[in-house]
Amino acid sequence: MTVTENQAPAQPEVGRARRRKEDQRLITGRTRWTDNLQVPGMLHLAMVRSPFAHARITAIDVEAARKARNVVAVITGQDVKDEQGSLPNAWPITPEQVTPAHPPVAVDEVHFAGEIVAVVVARSAAEARDAAELVDVDYEELPAVLDLKEAAQDTVLAHPDLGTNKSALWVFDSKEAGTGGDVEDAIRQARDGGVLIEREFRQQRLIPAFMEPRSVLVDPTGEQITMWTATQIPHILRFLLAAVLGVPESKVRVIAPDVGGGFGGKLQTTPEEFIAMVLARRLGKPIKYTETRSESLLSAHHGRDQWQKLTLAATKDGTVTGFKVELLANLGAYVALVGGGVPVLGAFMFNAIYKFPAYHFACQTVLTNTTWTDAYRGAGRPEATFGIERMMDELAAELDMDPLEVREKNWIKHEEFPFTTVAGMEYDSGNYEAATARAKELFDYDALRREQAERRERQDPVQLGIGVSTFTEMCGLAPSRVLGSLDYGAGGWEHASVRMLPTGKVEVVTGTSPHGQGHETAWSQIVADRLGVPFEDVEVLHGDTAISHKGLDTYGSRSLVVGGEAVVRAADKVIEKAKPVAAHLLEASVDDLEFSAGRFGVKGTDKGLTIQEIALASFAAHNLPDGIEPGLDSDATFDPVNFSFPHGTHLCAMEVDTETGETRMRTYVCVDDVGVIVNPLIVEGQVHGGLVQGIAQALWEGATYDDQGTLVTGSFVDYTLPTAADTISFVTENTTSPATTNSLGTKGVGEAGTIASTPCVVNAIVDALRPLGIHDVEMPCTPERVWRAIQNASAGSVDETQRDTAPHFDPDQPNQDTPDPEGGAR
Amino acid sequence: MIPASFDYVAPQSLTDALAALAEHGDDAKVLAGGQSLLPILRMRLNAPSVVIDLGKVTELQGISDEGDHLVIGAMTTYAAVLASEAVSTHAALLSKAVATVADPQIRHRGTVGGALVHADPAGDVGAPVLALDAELVIAGQGGATRTVPAADFFEDLFTTAVGEDELLTQIRIPKHTGWGAHYEKFVRVSHQWSIVAVAATVRAEGGSIAEARVGLTNMGSTPLRATAVEQALVGQSATEEAVRQACARAADGTNPPSDLNGDADYRRHLASVLTRRAVLAAAGA
Repeated sequence: MTVTENQAPAQPEVGRARRRKEDQRLITGRTRWTDNLQVPGMLHLAMVRSPFAHARITAIDVEAARKARNVVAVITGQDVKDEQGSLPNAWPITPEQVTPAHPPVAVDEVHFAGEIVAVVVARSAAEARDAAELVDVDYEELPAVLDLKEAAQDTVLAHPDLGTNKSALWVFDSKEAGTGGDVEDAIRQARDGGVLIEREFRQQRLIPAFMEPRSVLVDPTGEQITMWTATQIPHILRFLLAAVLGVPESKVRVIAPDVGGGFGGKLQTTPEEFIAMVLARRLGKPIKYTETRSESLLSAHHGRDQWQKLTLAATKDGTVTGFKVELLANLGAYVALVGGGVPVLGAFMFNAIYKFPAYHFACQTVLTNTTWTDAYRGAGRPEATFGIERMMDELAAELDMDPLEVREKNWIKHEEFPFTTVAGMEYDSGNYEAATARAKELFDYDALRREQAERRERQDPVQLGIGVSTFTEMCGLAPSRVLGSLDYGAGGWEHASVRMLPTGKVEVVTGTSPHGQGHETAWSQIVADRLGVPFEDVEVLHGDTAISHKGLDTYGSRSLVVGGEAVVRAADKVIEKAKPVAAHLLEASVDDLEFSAGRFGVKGTDKGLTIQEIALASFAAHNLPDGIEPGLDSDATFDPVNFSFPHGTHLCAMEVDTETGETRMRTYVCVDDVGVIVNPLIVEGQVHGGLVQGIAQALWEGATYDDQGTLVTGSFVDYTLPTAADTISFVTENTTSPATTNSLGTKGVGEAGTIASTPCVVNAIVDALRPLGIHDVEMPCTPERVWRAIQNASAGSVDETQRDTAPHFDPDQPNQDTPDPEGGAR
Repeated sequence: MIPASFDYVAPQSLTDALAALAEHGDDAKVLAGGQSLLPILRMRLNAPSVVIDLGKVTELQGISDEGDHLVIGAMTTYAAVLASEAVSTHAALLSKAVATVADPQIRHRGTVGGALVHADPAGDVGAPVLALDAELVIAGQGGATRTVPAADFFEDLFTTAVGEDELLTQIRIPKHTGWGAHYEKFVRVSHQWSIVAVAATVRAEGGSIAEARVGLTNMGSTPLRATAVEQALVGQSATEEAVRQACARAADGTNPPSDLNGDADYRRHLASVLTRRAVLAAAGA
């Protein structure tokens, strides 16, 4: 028998398409979600919620509920008003921001349908629910303001005591900031011999429909009060529970066990969490609350919901000379945790991948009697990307240019990086040419354009549209100093510790809080390479403030680029810590050691010790050099110096059935540059999921209220989430421009697909219909909306294509009342 | 999503089921698969004090061939109908419609009889049952049974000819052997209720349409029959133009709802387009 010894070095872990180690327990249901947890003596909550969008609570009769079987307590806002505090807004975007108090249980008034007015505590969830039906609340209905534009007029007030619905006006101006010219000059010049594109777009309201509804369990019976909760942010929540409720932070432990998705929807400190905490403390008993899907759709925070008034100035060769953005952003009834900060995150991204010489951004946040809004996958950046990418298509159409050509004319060339943008961001690296060229090739762009021309020529009832969207985004939240300058209430660093156990196994503790992302796998790959240990020997711990005592959690595509870098640095410190021990045991000088593949070798000899051997020696501590502490572990806290700027080019072909308005996706190609990839399988999963979520905004999803402020899309019958059956196979590839601001060269990928796909799909639909004189279809582009656009176009009334979306506007035209820089609606 | 508490009865025979129904009357709801009833209970839109589960009444399950009719037990699941060669051979329209119902999980739980008695106008079995001229067998107290033609079965929104102390037992479908069939369902996402759907089955003879049956889903408070279209199709060649003309007025006399998925006028427009497509597909054109 011949044995061929393969001495090739082990394949590096970073870059391997490993299947996720967490999936077995997640897919087989062997894990424990919060709602599966049972604590002896646990009580259950049921919420009584307001059916009215705006009303005064005149009386609450809880007697019948209190007498119901196994009911322990029934609590109203009056009962807890002195101890429940007000839910926090961590990002007041201006010093003058108008911020209503947000009691977890409404005390005198309710401000959206779904707000909690009473809480039943019972021995079982079913008994709590039954008793909740017996709570009798008298309301005096108040006028509700539901429409965003109407709210900005301040004729009906969401919170009458505040005197206005306008919460904050946030402005960035490139001339004032010294990052560019005066946008009004550019607009004047464009009016006079250039091209001026004026559009108003609607970003509809969306609901982050994570798979696991939110659930919280509080056990106050230990020395520390322990809260298990389905959250993205255990660390932030612990801090805010302490800060708001006055409980010593050291007495609070928050655990996010396995969490079934968040998409920003669990980046919140919720009324339910605060109520569970307050009541568990008051009653001295463990308390659990798990929302129903209906409650989740109704009262967990929603996302998006903007009107975007956009003015783009260009020369006739397609060079953009200025871009002006005026937003109205709907906060809903309260200013949520990030709240008005979400649209502000878009302020730095409306200029996208382009070299605009002048830029102005103004965002007016507005309170209404609707469910509060906050982060939803992409948070501010999908809105911005939609705005600019729709506008670039409109510019191309106006000039009869190819939409990719217009983009190329304006984008930052790869040799121009690093590049400081008109919004003041420094993009570290990228190559838009390379991603676009590859995408065109995979898409067979020219062939599809030919087919489009043929279908137009023969007036095929099924028309073809080609959608283009490029994007970049700022993720990897975030340099703490930048957050400070934006008045955000926390930093943006991340923490990790890496510890070698005596047996040579490794525990990695991360301050990020995965809820489906696969950090356990990716972090293990990073550490396995760094320390030269087997992937299987690395265990990643997270989501429990008693284990991971320091962290800023998971959102904003930050975990790998910030948290991963902390892991790298902690691992490197472990090696540095091991080195003098190795030198001591090998009787060599530290300078003569080299560390490779998990082994400290003495240069020029075959002497060496593995890191596992050093770990055991450090544990035993029998023979350590003077001044060296036993144990092989290290911590690192990494505060990024810059954001992460992934980018990509997305192309999609949509067939539009002009008879029914039905749209069907034919092909979707995206080439994303997310820097160096740790795990290609995870990246592909992130991109696929992101694409579906973004496509869903374009085609399917939209939260709708009736005239009374009742959520019509209150179940999945009406809130039409797509499933795999509604999507096609996507073609995804990557180009690689390593980030220059972290050791591994990684960039964020969590939101990329969502950001680019929405405008790509809408651009495709509009492209199909453009010969009919149509230049917008409001999202979601339902078959009925598409059909009506076609009907109206053929009837010659293009301007009524969309009831509220005027394709062109004039500054003096009514119903175009976005804020001006002076504040106040025109 | 916890329903209000109720008592649960699971009779083993039709006789016992009818007895339970007689005993509890108004307070009872019949569980026949539960794909509509359970969400209603869980959302507390209804709170019966007793639920009578027909799941163990095996005599109500199964499909049999009775010469010129197929007989489908009311408690036969969608999945069983879909798997039946007898149905796909002799009542292809029902097979095609059932294939579009929701998803495999629901098709393995939901029953044809349950759906018919629930009588949601957006449900997918009413229109084919109507178009196929089926008869519905209803059992009453004291061993009484009566047979109601599909045309008289659907009375209004969620209302059928089945009385409070009665149960639907069988769907008798005259064989349409050799008829082409198509169910054209229009939805925004795959698991959605029909926005509009058209059930068409056609007997073609030498390139032209000898007979046609057309049922409409969600174009009014009950499934509807497009009889004017059926008549206009007779003798037409199975070509796009001829069928287009015959189907142009498919929405005449309908009263479709307006909701998030479309206003009534859009649904009327869809009905004519989808009818043409369904008929052409059924005719194999």
